[in-house]
Amino acid sequence: MSTNWNRKDLLGLRELSADEINFILETADAFKQVGTREIKKVPALRGKTLVNFFVEPSTRTRTSFELAAHRLSADVINISATTSSLTKGETLKDTARNLQALHADILVLRHGSAGAPQFLAQRLKSSVINAGDGAHEHPTQGLLDMYTIRDKRGRIDNLHVVIVGDILFSRVARSNIFGLTKLGARVTLVGPSTLVPREFEKLGVTVSHKLDDVLPTADVVNLLRIQHERQRKEYFPGIGEYTTLFGLTKERAKLLKPDCLVMHPGPINRGVEIDSEVADGLQSVILDQVTNGLAVRMAVLYLCGGIAS
Amino acid sequence: MRATIIRHGRVIDPADQRDEIGDLYIADGKIVGSKPEIRNQKSEIDEIDARNLIIAPGLIDIHVHLREPGFGHKETIASGARAAAAGGFTTIVCMPNTSPAGDNPATIAWIRDRARETACLNVLPTGAISKNIAGEELAPIGSLGQAGVVAITDDGHCVQNHELMRRAVEYARMIGLPVLDHCQDYNLVGNGVVNEGYWSTLLGLPGWPAAGEEAIVMRNILLAELCDHQIHCQHISAAGSVRLIREARARGVKISGEVCPHHIALTDEAIQNFDTNYKMNPPLRSKSDVDAILEGIVDGTLSILCSDHAPHAGFEKEVEFDQAPFGIVGLETELGLFIDLLVHKHRKIDIVRLIEMYTVEPAKLLKLDAGTLSVGAPADVTLIDPDLEWTVKIDQFESASRNSPFDSWQLKGRAVRTIVGGKTVWKL
Repeated sequence: MSTNWNRKDLLGLRELSADEINFILETADAFKQVGTREIKKVPALRGKTLVNFFVEPSTRTRTSFELAAHRLSADVINISATTSSLTKGETLKDTARNLQALHADILVLRHGSAGAPQFLAQRLKSSVINAGDGAHEHPTQGLLDMYTIRDKRGRIDNLHVVIVGDILFSRVARSNIFGLTKLGARVTLVGPSTLVPREFEKLGVTVSHKLDDVLPTADVVNLLRIQHERQRKEYFPGIGEYTTLFGLTKERAKLLKPDCLVMHPGPINRGVEIDSEVADGLQSVILDQVTNGLAVRMAVLYLCGGIAS
Repeated sequence: MRATIIRHGRVIDPADQRDEIGDLYIADGKIVGSKPEIRNQKSEIDEIDARNLIIAPGLIDIHVHLREPGFGHKETIASGARAAAAGGFTTIVCMPNTSPAGDNPATIAWIRDRARETACLNVLPTGAISKNIAGEELAPIGSLGQAGVVAITDDGHCVQNHELMRRAVEYARMIGLPVLDHCQDYNLVGNGVVNEGYWSTLLGLPGWPAAGEEAIVMRNILLAELCDHQIHCQHISAAGSVRLIREARARGVKISGEVCPHHIALTDEAIQNFDTNYKMNPPLRSKSDVDAILEGIVDGTLSILCSDHAPHAGFEKEVEFDQAPFGIVGLETELGLFIDLLVHKHRKIDIVRLIEMYTVEPAKLLKLDAGTLSVGAPADVTLIDPDLEWTVKIDQFESASRNSPFDSWQLKGRAVRTIVGGKTVWKL
């Protein structure tokens, strides 16, 4: 195991140094190669047990972690909120202790409460990997976004990254903000003032409510999904008005520099935050993000799983 | 006749503007004026050496949750009373958010009986403002008064309907009961769990904006003025609330406010490790709020100190941050924290004013026969060593619960003996 990594848990990007982030991205480079081979499996975590513990629903992230674990030859168990004893009133602590009693080596946790991964990491010997906690962090999404930017643009330093949408409730936004600013990017957040409060400027980013003003200087535009199904009505008047003010429409996309990347963590609401033509256009790297997510998650499982043992 | 002489202490009795080195005489559970009255058989006289100690009127905490009836696993009236005695208190006022709630005379009678049987000090219940603390219909405030409550409050909850609150205040004025209010606008606060600001933004935890408290403080000022009756704002946490209360008091409005130690000892920076012992309602706020509260204490805007002692079992607190119950225990740390912070570290007030804020001020608000060492008063006395350095150890608490963020804190100043009705109920 390299001396560059000594954490058993990945809880968020805020506590990582730029060196640690770069080290994960470099490790992911190696695992990305594995995905192109005839035999896509390596024995790195053979004999280890990984539990995918998803208290909040997820398809994309859960399957990505599952596939990453399989490619590292780990045994995988999937548990969701509805199939766990949480529905029977068991506390998170007790559920986790039971999982540890089964000698789970790595716990991948998706949870609706900010801080739930920290809570478990302080109490368990197993590795805890945060797969999204409330509106706090989604570190592997932040890492795969950075991996994709670095892969396509050759660097992150000094790039202007624009993140558009529901920042207030977004764990993806926070992990991106923490990671990108550490690696020297200039970050601008754009969205309605109710969802992008000025308070965010204290995190070292710029806040704007005029998308047209920032698009011409953007090197990357990362569009977040508007979570309209759980949005309280008072945050903005409606989807139509949102799209008018903040959607990356065909027309608006003309403001972009030719080499600007268009990103989205998915799932996409076509015609809401992004037009179909833009999502499927030449500047879009949305599917690269998915591919890179696998390599990044393999790197994270490999690094943290190695420390825990 | 049972008698006690407490000798050579610094007797501080703000009610009588007394501050001198001297002795205090107690006979038959009352303060008496001079030695001759208890010149009796020597065996009947206890002597307590109070050299280098302050002899203060028994301290009063007007904001305590004793959890009985209904939640005896968190605290009982007996264990809460022991915790209070260990903190230097001789009188505590308990909140009505029990199960059943203190919204009816039978429950109040039960609490008073239970206190008489099991508590080592004076336990004074409050009654609810609304039935089942639901904020919808008035509780039988007159009957609660007859049952012996010292105030009404929906603490832990807040009547949102301003019209209902207005009628409660008007009605309480007729009965002669002050109104205590937990100030929280439910719409503004929503599902907030921590101060809305830098740390809530960083951690993605739902924010509880200061405006959610200030809006109800303003409402209470308007109603206190409209009804010409006392409304006391509980556990003030926000700078704006201090400003509003200051302005209203200058106009003569019958409004007052209290301070809990955690709101000056800590800021919301403390939540960053998601430790639920830093989760309380109202939440820890920013440095500028702390500064404003300190200034409010200095100029008398905030006139009462208290704990908001809120015990919870370990398993209840050891959960996800947003799902954990609000509140921390405070009875055994509050005096030490306030002496340490207000008198020693920040030098905001002297020990005389601190004692006044724990005795004369609460007694005046709730019209209690307590808080003084005047001749004829109940012999409730707290001996305080203002310079004693000690370390908080939660595993030694008398309280049934341990949910305190102050474990291992080193403090200067604490109570060393608590005397209720002439009897020592606790000593260090």
